[in-house]
Amino acid sequence: MGDTPDTRREEQGSHRAAVSAPELRAWFLREVLPLEAALTRFLRRNWRNENEVDDLLQEVYVRVFEAAQKQIPESAKPFVFTTAHNLLVDRVRHNKVVPIEAIGELDTLNVELDEPGPDRNVIARDELRRLQLALDSLPPRAREAIILKQVDGLARREVAARMKITERTVQWHLSEGLQALAAALYGDPRGSK
Amino acid sequence: MSDLREETLPPLPDAKRIRARASQFILEQRTSGNWTAEDQSDLDAWLAESPAHVVAYWRLDETWERTNRLAALKRPFSSMAERADGTMPAFLKIAAAFAVAAALGSAGAYFALRPSDKTYATAVGGHEVVKFADGTQIELNTDTVLRARMTTGQRTVWLDKGEAFFQVKHDAAHPFVVMIGGRRVTDLGTQFLVRRHTDRLEVAVMQGRVRFDAPNAYATKQTALLLPGDVATATAQSMSVVKASDRALEHELGWRRGMLVFHQTTLADAAAEFNRYNSKKIIIADPVAAHFTIGATFPTNDVEAFTRVAKEVFALRVEDNGKEIVISR
Repeated sequence: MGDTPDTRREEQGSHRAAVSAPELRAWFLREVLPLEAALTRFLRRNWRNENEVDDLLQEVYVRVFEAAQKQIPESAKPFVFTTAHNLLVDRVRHNKVVPIEAIGELDTLNVELDEPGPDRNVIARDELRRLQLALDSLPPRAREAIILKQVDGLARREVAARMKITERTVQWHLSEGLQALAAALYGDPRGSK
Repeated sequence: MSDLREETLPPLPDAKRIRARASQFILEQRTSGNWTAEDQSDLDAWLAESPAHVVAYWRLDETWERTNRLAALKRPFSSMAERADGTMPAFLKIAAAFAVAAALGSAGAYFALRPSDKTYATAVGGHEVVKFADGTQIELNTDTVLRARMTTGQRTVWLDKGEAFFQVKHDAAHPFVVMIGGRRVTDLGTQFLVRRHTDRLEVAVMQGRVRFDAPNAYATKQTALLLPGDVATATAQSMSVVKASDRALEHELGWRRGMLVFHQTTLADAAAEFNRYNSKKIIIADPVAAHFTIGATFPTNDVEAFTRVAKEVFALRVEDNGKEIVISR
């Protein structure tokens, strides 16, 4: 674990990015996003206020992004979880409103780090299952819109005609569907949203 | 740090609102059909506001991309499986079985979809240039589907449908590989063209060298090393290589300039070429006329210029019934 994620964000001039944007994006999608389920579980376990978990997750991503702009960490997993750990410690220390018990058994961090990464094929299979579950769990209209648009390949106008609604409403259903699919693909399958 | 204890941190940015905004941008960009330069600068400005916007955008864009991929996997193959004569080359049978499994949602068929894969597709009449971070450039011709896995360790693309021209930044440590229906084209420093016909594959080399083989047991084990000017054609059973002139190769690449170049081409073949680029299809109804030959250059979308030649040069009858153009004597 050679990388030390730091919380001193203001010192990291984002304009001095040494890593190109496509490279950073590829790394983020390949290495960081697949950790989202485990990361969400970690945050949920260590933070009392369930409503803040999505915001915390986003903040971990932001810190990881900003650090990786300078240099892509050698190993994503310990880097991401150490960043999450530091974020929680920060929030507790700096925020008097949060009672100290909010941050629970942080020593579980080590357990997370030692877990071997799942086999690639298992991830892929798991993803399809998640995608299907996610599609099934969408509100019927959002599900219908996603399938017409993405699986049948209809234009948005055609989807609107088929569903007898305006294109604007189609867009709204697609947006709901897209966000739910992202949560299902990357997030904790047992999660609330 | 101890005096910071008295400070209260501001609340974190609202993830839900940011995700909703990001998904609006993505859907507008990818489904509205009229994404303007102004829309793009709105998006750029929003992304520049905060890294939280960037990561939310990446995450949702990738999700959308992934749902695309499910459809892209099943569409090109199912159309290939429906050949007029009802037969399929052996290697396509495997591919089709794979596609059916994917369409049915079998988990086993999902292996090929890695998080780093990206799908690029053009519609009928479309033409697109894709540039990769390593300097490699791929030009997609009409009605083409290509999947790419460009990671630090691997450079592999699958031409699932259509035709593409490759200008590869050679890197001996990371060979660039094109997979087409069980056959493999490996770049050895080069520019080459790969096209999937319904019943055969074609690889033409403009510069450098490529290796053309079939890595898996289900296709034949022939290997060819192709040099500039070589055009290899492979069916399920055979592979042949012929030498083409520079001019012939240039004609093959006419589509990059939006042109179809015919030289001693039968009207049937010329019509088939036009039909790749246009949704209103030309049908040569007369078997004798089908064998007339033509030498000319046309814009890929100028069907009318072609029918004018048929009418005025060959004195053929041209009937446009709105859905297709029928040419007869």
